[in-house]
Amino acid sequence: MEQKHPSINLFRLLLKAGILFALFNFAFVFVNLEALGRLSLYNRLFPGRERFPFGETRASYNLSLYNLNAMFASHVLTGAEKSSDEYRVLLIGDSSVWGTLLTPEQTLAGQLNARALAACGRTVRAYNLGYPTISLTKDLMLLDQALAYQPDMVIVLTTLEAFPLDKQFESPLAANNAERIRHLITNYQLPLEPNDPALIHPSKRDQTFLSRRRAVADLIRLQLYGALWASTGIDQVYPENYERAQTDLDADLAYHGLTQPSELRGALALEVLDALMNAADVPTLLVNEPMLVSNGQNSGIRYNFFYPRWAYDEYRRLLAERAAQNGWNYLDLWNIAPLNEFTNSAIHLTPSGEALLADKLAEAIPMICK
Amino acid sequence: MGLTQIAASILTSILVGALTHGSWRTYSLLALSALAVYWFQPALPLRSFDFWLPSLTLALVTLTWFVTSPPGAWKTRHNLAGLLIIGGVVTFVELSRYIFPEPLLTGTTPPPFPHYIVFLAILIFFTALFTFINRHTLFPLSTLLLITLLLSILIILKSPALSLQASIFFRTLTDRPTATASALDLRWLGISYIAFRLIHVLRDKQTGRLPELSLPEFAAYVIFFPSLAAGPIDRAERFAKDLRADFTLTQNETLSAGQRIIVGLFKKFVVADALALIALNDTLAAQVHAAGWMWIHLYAYTFQIYFDFSGYTDIAIGIARLVGVRLPENFLAPYTKPNLTQFWNAWHMTLTQWIRAYFFNPFNRWIRGYKSLPAWAMLLLGQLATMLLIGLWHGVTWNFVLWGAWHGLGLFLQNRWSDFAKTRIAAAGPRLQSVLQFGGVLLTFHFVALGWVFFALSAPQLSAQVFSKLFGLG
Repeated sequence: MEQKHPSINLFRLLLKAGILFALFNFAFVFVNLEALGRLSLYNRLFPGRERFPFGETRASYNLSLYNLNAMFASHVLTGAEKSSDEYRVLLIGDSSVWGTLLTPEQTLAGQLNARALAACGRTVRAYNLGYPTISLTKDLMLLDQALAYQPDMVIVLTTLEAFPLDKQFESPLAANNAERIRHLITNYQLPLEPNDPALIHPSKRDQTFLSRRRAVADLIRLQLYGALWASTGIDQVYPENYERAQTDLDADLAYHGLTQPSELRGALALEVLDALMNAADVPTLLVNEPMLVSNGQNSGIRYNFFYPRWAYDEYRRLLAERAAQNGWNYLDLWNIAPLNEFTNSAIHLTPSGEALLADKLAEAIPMICK
Repeated sequence: MGLTQIAASILTSILVGALTHGSWRTYSLLALSALAVYWFQPALPLRSFDFWLPSLTLALVTLTWFVTSPPGAWKTRHNLAGLLIIGGVVTFVELSRYIFPEPLLTGTTPPPFPHYIVFLAILIFFTALFTFINRHTLFPLSTLLLITLLLSILIILKSPALSLQASIFFRTLTDRPTATASALDLRWLGISYIAFRLIHVLRDKQTGRLPELSLPEFAAYVIFFPSLAAGPIDRAERFAKDLRADFTLTQNETLSAGQRIIVGLFKKFVVADALALIALNDTLAAQVHAAGWMWIHLYAYTFQIYFDFSGYTDIAIGIARLVGVRLPENFLAPYTKPNLTQFWNAWHMTLTQWIRAYFFNPFNRWIRGYKSLPAWAMLLLGQLATMLLIGLWHGVTWNFVLWGAWHGLGLFLQNRWSDFAKTRIAAAGPRLQSVLQFGGVLLTFHFVALGWVFFALSAPQLSAQVFSKLFGLG
C-alpha cells in the first residue's frame, strides 16, 4: 500500500482538487436529472413495478421521488409492449388506487386483471397509475405523461378532497414539478396560478451537485431497490396491526373554511377535472370513489374524517350535473362499500372492498369501450 | 464512526501530527483518544450509561496498567501526566453537565457530581487493592482476576440472553421500566477490541514478554481513537515503538494517509452502504423464494461485509498514519485466496493473529500432551476450538457457533485435502495448476460466502431456510 509522491506539492494538490470539485459542482447545473431518470434497470434487468415508487421506510424497499421520468421508467407500463389483443386501461387516482396496505394483486388494477375481462374483442390489461397524494392537478400531470403509452381507456377515480383549489399543489409530487405544472396550466388553460408560492422553483444554485445530491442518490436507490422488488415482490410495509379509520368524528361543520353549499363551487378546481376527462382521445370513465360512511359519534354531521355531510352531498350534486352536461361516462360509487371494508383511512379499501369496486368497473368497461 | 467523527478525527490528527513531537504527541493522542471514548459511544437508554461505560473503559485501562507496571511506577512525571490527562478528561466530561446546556460529548447528560465522586473512590479502592494483591502474592492473582473480569464482561455483552438480564438488572437499579429492556441497551463501544488488547498485555506480562510501557503509551495503545471502534488489534510493543520514534508529518505521509482514507471512505460509505440495501438479512431470508435472487442477496452480503469492515480499517490506518502510527493491515484481498487457510491469513488478520498467539498455540501445546490422540484428531480439535472461539467473539449465539464450526471443519478438510493433493498437484502441468488455482479461489469464495449465511442471520432455522432456498430445495 505504501506509495511515494516525491514531486507532489500537497497544497497545490488540494487546491486543484478543490477547483475540480467546484467546477464539477457547478457544471452539474447543466445536467438534466429529469432526463437521466429515463435510464433505468427496470423492465430490463428487473421487472417493472406494478405501481409507482412511493414509500418512506427502508423496510418497504421503496422510496418517494419527484422525477416523473424515473417513476415511469420503473413502471411496468414502460416495458409493456402493446399487443394487438391488449385493451389498455389506465387507472388514475390517489392512494386508494395505488393500494395502500394492499399487495399489487389486491389493488384495483390487480383485481381487474385477475378477472381477465374482454372489451371490444380484446383482453383488458389495467395499469395502476395511482399515486398516494390527493390532488386533481397531480392526477392530470401523471395522465399527461401516460398518454404516450397508447391507452385505450382512462379511468379517473376521484373524491372531493382532490378538488379544492388550495389543495392542488399540496402534493409534493406536484409542488416539485413546477415546470410540468406550468406547462399543464398553459396547455389545458387551468385556472391555477403558475407562480403559486407552493410550487418549488429551483434557482441555479439549487441545481449544483451538492444541492441535488439527494435527488441523485434517490435515482440510484430506486435502481437498487429494483433488486429487492424483483426478489420479493414487496413494495410497501404491511403491518399486522394499524389504526382503523376514524368513525367517531368531531362536530365540525366546516370544509376547507366553508360552511355553506353555495360556497363550494367556487372553491373547487372543476376545470382541472374537465382537463382530465378531455386529455385522452379515448373513452374516459369518471368514478366517484367509495368512501367510509361512519355510524359513530357525530356521523349525523359528517360522513367521515374528511367530509361534513353538506359539503359531500353538494359535491356529488355538482359532479353529477357536470357529468350530465358534458356527456361523461360517470359512476357514482361513493357508498358501495360497507364500513368494515375500509382500512386505515376513509378511502382505503380492504381486498374484498376493492373487489366490490372491481366488479362495478368490470361491468362498465365493456359497455363504454371503443 | 460516522462521517462527522471521521472528519474530526482527520483534522485533529493532522494537527497532532504537524504540531506535536515526542511526549507531547503521546499526551495529545491519549487526550484525544480518551475524549473519543465518550464521543464515539452511542447514546444508551439506561440513565447515564453512555458516561459510565466509557468511564469504565478508562478505569479498566488504568487498572490494567497499574497491575502490569512495576511498583511505584505511577510516581514518575510521565505517568503522573498520564493519570492527570485521563482524570482530567473524565472530570471534564462529568462537569460538562454543569457547564453546557446540552450534553457535549456524551449521548445523554452525565450523572450528578456526587455519583462521579463515588465512582472515583471505588476506582481508587480497586486500583489499590489490585496493586496490593499484585505485590503481595507470588501467584499472579490480580492478572488472573482481571482476565476473568474482562472475559466475563465479554460473555455477558456478547450473549443476548445475559445482556438482556443485565439490562433488566440495571433498569431495576435505576428505577427504569424493565418491560422495554433490550440486549442492545448495553452497547459498549469497542469493548471487544479493548478487552483483547488488555488480555494481550496481561498475558505478555505473565510470560515476561511485555516491555515496560508508560501509562500514556499504554492507554493511548488500548484506546487509540482511529482503531477504537473496529480495530485493527495492534500489539502494544509495536505501537509504543511508533510513539517513541521521531515523527514529522511530511507531505508524502499526508498523501499516503489521504489516499488510504479516501479509499476507505469510498469502500465504506459508497460501496458497502449501497450493498447493504440488498444484502441478505433476516427479513429477506423469509421474503425471497427464488434461488437465483437468494444467491444475489448472499453475494451482496459477502461483499458488503468485506467493504464495510476493510473500509473502516483503511480509514483507521490512514488516520493513524497522520500521527505517525503504522497500524497493522487487517485485510489482504481475502476473497482472492485459493484455500481457506490463506483466506484466514488475509481476513481480519489481527484477530486471527491474536487468537493464534493466545489460544491456538497454547491449546495445541496442551493437546499434544494427550499422546493417545491421533494427529488428525488433534488438528480437528485445535481448528474447531479456535474457530468456535472466533465465532463466539462475534456473539454468543447458535449462529455464530455454527459459523465457527463451519470454518473449523472447512479448515480441517482443506488441510487433509492439501496433504493428500500436495504431491499430485506438484506433478501436474502449469495449465492444470492454473485451473486448480482458479477452482480453489472459486471454491474458497463460495465456502466463505455460504458461511456468511450463519453470520448474517439471527437463528439457525433461518439459515436452514436460506440454505434450502439457495439450492432450490425450499
